[in-house]
This record gives sequence, C-alpha cells and structure tokens, in this order.
Amino acid sequence: MKKGWVCCALFVASNSYADIEISGVVGLEQRYFLQDALYENQERSYSSAFLMPELYSEWNGGTDTLVVKPFYRIDQHDNERTHGDIREFQWAHYADSWETRVGIGKVFWGQTESLHLVDIINQTDTVEQVDGEAKLGQPMVNFNYFSDFGMFSIYAMPYFRERTFQGENGRLRPPIAIGEALYESDDEERNMDVAIRWQSSIDDWEVGFSVFSGTTREPELVTVLSADGEPEILPFYAQIEQVGVDLLKVSGAWLFKLESIYRSGQTENFAALVTGFEYTKQGVFGSRYGLGFLAEYQFDEREDNFFAVGQNDLMAGLRVMVNDIAETEMLFGFVQDLEEQGTYSGFIEASSRLTSNWSWKLNGYFFSSDDIEDPYYFLRRDDHVQFSLEYYF
Amino acid sequence: MIATWTKALLLITFTIVPPSTLLASDSTKAIEIATERKKRDLGWESSEASVTMLLRNAQGQEAKRALSIKSLEIDGDGDKALTVFDSPRDVKGTAFLSFSHALEPDEQWIYLPALKRVKRISSRNKSGPFVGSEFAFEDMTSYEVEKFSYEYIGEEEVNGEECFVIKQVPQYEYSGYTSQKVWIDKSHYRVQKIEFYDKKETLLKVLHLKDYQLYEDKFWRPMRSEMRNVQTRKSTYLITEKIDFNTELSDGDFDKNRLKRAR
Repeated sequence: MKKGWVCCALFVASNSYADIEISGVVGLEQRYFLQDALYENQERSYSSAFLMPELYSEWNGGTDTLVVKPFYRIDQHDNERTHGDIREFQWAHYADSWETRVGIGKVFWGQTESLHLVDIINQTDTVEQVDGEAKLGQPMVNFNYFSDFGMFSIYAMPYFRERTFQGENGRLRPPIAIGEALYESDDEERNMDVAIRWQSSIDDWEVGFSVFSGTTREPELVTVLSADGEPEILPFYAQIEQVGVDLLKVSGAWLFKLESIYRSGQTENFAALVTGFEYTKQGVFGSRYGLGFLAEYQFDEREDNFFAVGQNDLMAGLRVMVNDIAETEMLFGFVQDLEEQGTYSGFIEASSRLTSNWSWKLNGYFFSSDDIEDPYYFLRRDDHVQFSLEYYF
Repeated sequence: MIATWTKALLLITFTIVPPSTLLASDSTKAIEIATERKKRDLGWESSEASVTMLLRNAQGQEAKRALSIKSLEIDGDGDKALTVFDSPRDVKGTAFLSFSHALEPDEQWIYLPALKRVKRISSRNKSGPFVGSEFAFEDMTSYEVEKFSYEYIGEEEVNGEECFVIKQVPQYEYSGYTSQKVWIDKSHYRVQKIEFYDKKETLLKVLHLKDYQLYEDKFWRPMRSEMRNVQTRKSTYLITEKIDFNTELSDGDFDKNRLKRAR
C-alpha cells in the first residue's frame, strides 16, 4: 500500500499544473454526562477538539482527482478517543461508463435511517460518534461500471480496520475497557476482503444487492482471563460471508425503506432486517416548518451479541425542518425494545448555522435498561448531551 | 309571439353570455402565448451556470450560497438539473439531482458528501423551501406547458416591456399555489414577472426577472431573479455570475450513481 501512496504523491508533485484546493473543518466539543459514572476512572464532563482538513486536486480536465482527508481528535480524558485517522487518501479516475478509485476511501450502502445493516465497507469509528455514523477510512481498490441496468461495483480491500473503542477513562463502554483484537484469519488484519454490489433506480424504486466476503466489521466480544488472572474483554473478528438487499420505494410523500442481511461465519448464522417509512410534510399548519415522521422496525435473530441491539425493536422519530436561512434542523428519536419494556433509548440531534463558516450541533443520547443481559444495561448511566461548535473553511 | 320572443331571448342570451366559449377563447389565447414562450426556448440542449443565491430575512439578516447548476434539455419531457453547492462550506459538495416531468411526479436525489450517501427524496414536497430560500422546489424545476391550465387576463407594461398577462393554474399535484399571474413580454416572450398566490388565494410572493441576456443568438436568460415574499418580507435573489451553453454534458452527467463525482 505504501508504495502506492508514494507513487500517487510523486504523480501529483510532478504535475506542476495541479492546483491544490484546501478546505475542511475544525471544532470544539463538550460532552456532559447526566449521571455519575457506573465504573471507575470515568468522568462527568469531557472536552475535546478536532481537525479535519481536506486537500483536493484534479488533473486531465477533471478525469483524475486526488482527495486527502486526515482527521485528528484530542480528548481531555479518554486516551482512546484521542485518535487520528486517514479518512480519505484516494485517487479516482473517471471515464464515461466506468471509474476506478484506489486508496483509502469511504463508501455508503443502504436506505434506512435507524440502522445500517447493509453498509459494510467501512469500519465504525465508535469513539467518535455514538450514532455509529462516523467511519474509519478503508484501503481499497474499487471499480464501478455504469450501465443502463444500474451500477456494478467491485471492491478489493487488502487491509482491515479495527473498530475503535473507548479507553479506561471513557464512558459508553462495558465494565472493563475493550482490549486488543483477535482474528480468525491467520493473516489477521491483512486478510483480503472482497465485495460486489449492484444498485439501480427503477422508476419509483431504488434497489441494491450486495455480497461481502472477509473479516466482519462487527466483532463479537469474548471474555478471557489474562496471564495475571484479570478478566479481559476482547473483540473477535471472524471471517464471514454476508449478502444484503436494500430497497426504497417513493410513493407521494412517503418513502418506504427496507434493508436485510444474512450473515454466516460467526458464532451463529443469522438474518437481520430493518424496515419502515418516512413521511414528510412541508408548510405544516400554514407555517414555514416542515415535518418528517419516521418509524422503523428492527429485527435480528441473534440473542446475545453486544452490538446487535435491534433484536425486536421499534424506532419512532420526528424530523423538524425550520426552513430558515440557517437551515436549522432537529431530529428526535425513540427506540423501544418490544420484548423488554424497560429497555429503550432516545436521542436528539439538532444543528444550525451561525454564519456561512460557523455551525453548531447539539446532540443528546439517553439509554435505559433493567435487563442485565442487554447491552444498554452497561450504558444505563451514560445519558449525555454534547454541544459542538464547528468552523468550516 | 311569446315563442319567438323566448327564442329570441334565448338566442340573445347565448350570443351575449356564452361563458364557456368566452373562457375557451381566453384560454386558447393564453395557451398560444404559453406555447410560444416554451417554443422560443427549445433547442438550448445543455447549460452550465454559476449562481449566487442571496437570502435576506425581515430583520435584514443576510446569507449567501454559491452554487453551480448544470441543466440538460430532454425532448418531450421536463429537464434534468444538477445543482452543486460550493458554499456555505459545511454543505460544500452537496448535490441535488432532479428530473422534472410535466405531470408525473419529479424524481429527486440528494448527495450528502460527509456521509457519501445518495438519498432519494420525495418530490411531493414541491411547496417546501429550497435550502431555506424563498424559492420553493417547484419554482426551480423546468417550465412545461402541460404543467398548467391558462387564462388570458390582459396586457400591462412591466420593466419597460409591453407584456401579456396570463393566469396559470398548476395541474400537477401538491403545488403550494392556487394560481400564478405571469407577465410575458411581447417582444421575445420572456417572463418578466410572476405573482404567486397561496392556498388561501392571497398574494404570497412576487418574482421579478431582470437583466436578460441573449445567448447563442436565440436564448434569453435573466441574470437576476428576485423573489420577494410579501407576507414575511423575506427575499431571495438568484444572481447568474456566468452561464455557458457550449457544454459537453450528456445523460451520464445526470446519473445518481455518479453524484459522488460532483464537485
């Protein structure tokens, strides 16, 4: 991989006509936990700062592009959340009916909002965002072919990214911090993972079908005793095969969505599904406001996976679009476990713009469980709100 | 006697008050004007424009958006348009792809670069504001004759141009307007002004199209589109900084799978 980067860098450097465009974002964030910590070494308040510049260059009339997007966050207490990543370092070549992307990049697959079952290329940057939307850069060679029958994609991924987990001083973790990764593959993180995907728009439908073979992005947690007799929680990454399907149908103001996967290779083979709708109404009660109503049902065959929280759950959400100059938006959500009444979570995500460069975000996440076997049981005291102020340049 | 009287009366009534025929001839004239408006703007094929959007609220607070708009003319259907934002910086690279149709619902997608996600969006929300501006989604889609029914109102001078005034009523579903009053100049069939009437049939917005420039010896484009909401006193100006008709744009440039390339 390294050689590739050097080649890329030299190629750009040798092309004196290539202008480099610099943009990016820098921000401050304050997290405040509403209750005292459940475990030792955890705090109530965490300040942090992050920087994510983006360098962009294009040549050959825009048919070749290079994006470099490093990221770094410094956290006041959690040394695992103090982390850096190369979000993107990718050369793309565009032709009329095909394109190639080589390097570190990000890919999104899927249609639903409350869970992203089908989306498997990139690893989740758990420490970065609780909602799982932050992803680590994935090294890949990607080829996309565009036809009248949709887009066909193939991915070869030579290097695996381990999921990030909170450190000993961080909240939002099990009783002991998650330790070093274990792999099924003898090549460990150097296992070659492959994926193919087809996606197309057919009238009112958006259709996607995907197959993945390689190291699972979602580990299973195993408890072991260390040499000195202390228990340790370690993430185990098995070799899996996964097929996924994602669908969306537009019908007037309604969007109907579905994602489903079948995965084999882990402790148990299983199917999972998330399906629901989004209904949007603008100009409610003669005002300028827009409202979006969301509901999604989550199903997962697995009984005891720390990360499979949507086993038989229902998410209901309300999106409020203020439609003002600052494009203020709020999303309120609630997820209820249909089997355990006492297990539920809620969230608020609000954002707005102060000037054309400054924005703010206010997020809140709330967890509750009285079921000792439920993952949320470990997080039951980790309700928190976070405010961030961001400068885009 | 009485019979002839009645006959005569009936005859008079029918000749003097033929409401349906009067309306028909009114709408025929209005349709002719609308058809000519569209006809004079056929054959531009594709264009690429840099546009500044200037938003102002009643308190005088201002915001600016910089966008590029690529458009592709589609024979016998509505146009395809790709709008990419350059500023505000937090939405830089956000792309909005729209296939407009005369009476069928439009097809729309939005690309969110931070998530690398292409989202299909419901085109039902035609009346919703476009990026917080006074332009609704339906104001941004291409003009097609079949989208409206028409009525001829009269003549009036606007921006120093002699204009036909016609009333057009949206025939597509879910419009935010009951009607629009349109001023079309006699010299080139360019729209000079539009009044938008809301669901209560009261005046909501007024659009002035200014500084028309001629391109390719045939196509007139306004360099300024000034939309004022008379109810909220908010306004949005669309200022065309640059427009180019010699593009090599094709259908492939308007593919939702290729939105990731948009910049």
